[in-house]
Amino acid sequence: MHPIINELEKEFMKKEVDSFEVGDTVDVHCRIVEGEKERVQIFNGVVIAKNGGGINESFTVRRLVQGQGVERIFPLHSPRIDKIVSKRRGRVQRAKLYYLRERVGKATRLREDDRENYKLDTKK
Amino acid sequence: MWRGILGRKIGMTQFFTEDGKRVGVTVVEAGPCPVLQVRTQEKDGYDAYQLGFDPKTEKAANKAETGHAKKSGNGAMRFIREIRVEGGAELNEGDKVTLANWEDVGEVQVLSKSKGKGFQGVMKRHNFHGLRATHGVKTNPRHGGSIGSLTPARTPSGVKMPGHMGDEWVTQKGLSVAKVIPERNLIMLRGSVPGPAGGYVIIRPTQGYQPPVEKK
Repeated sequence: MHPIINELEKEFMKKEVDSFEVGDTVDVHCRIVEGEKERVQIFNGVVIAKNGGGINESFTVRRLVQGQGVERIFPLHSPRIDKIVSKRRGRVQRAKLYYLRERVGKATRLREDDRENYKLDTKK
Repeated sequence: MWRGILGRKIGMTQFFTEDGKRVGVTVVEAGPCPVLQVRTQEKDGYDAYQLGFDPKTEKAANKAETGHAKKSGNGAMRFIREIRVEGGAELNEGDKVTLANWEDVGEVQVLSKSKGKGFQGVMKRHNFHGLRATHGVKTNPRHGGSIGSLTPARTPSGVKMPGHMGDEWVTQKGLSVAKVIPERNLIMLRGSVPGPAGGYVIIRPTQGYQPPVEKK
């Protein structure tokens, strides 16, 4: 990537991004414009993938709505996203959790990762 | 006010608008371009500015190039092009053309050399449909078919055939300007610009462009 592009992207990127990992159960606070008003909607689910880099970085959140799997892809640096709150850290062994798509019910659960170096920072 | 500039394509990126929409842009480094020569109606039969971009090191330049640029007080340039201007001359030799007065430019045309595709068949080069894959067609389905009739028993000139594709000057019209950063000589254009990153480009504002009326 050209250094000028890196510089430009840095200007448009969020200075601080909430930290979260693949396998985390997160609350994504996104702002939605409804008619005239703007309100915050929370999308809760498991991060199953992170994609891209720089300003193009995005992540996929999967949740179950009435037994139906729903996935949303969020651009990480979108100004529409207020914050991302990690609720629970899952212990996972791969970067893309696409295998969760084929699972239903109890099988979709992820073991909590409470190892010292990996567990969720609850101080915040 | 006359505007036109030479530059170099840096590459593509994207940014977000305030309402969260992503905009894909091409970043072009443009200028500063010294005016190496002013062409005039009396002397040359047309009005134009000869601009230079990307200075050569002294070692890389030959004497002819150096001498030509010296007249306007510059060193030799790698990319030199003339851009036509209507009527009289606003600029003189040695003036520098920059993006400083480009804020109100809404739309531009970009000329650049497209990426070379090598020797290509008619389907890729001219968007032919090719032949049928089944129903008894015995030859290559990517062929172009007939190239002429029994009379006049020769192939008319200009028939589209396979050949070299790309690596030619292309004008990309109607690119709206997303952002101008004059202090860093950068201009961001919505959409794509022909050619590889690092390729030279000529940018000129669309003549008579009117910004679209905002719909309520």
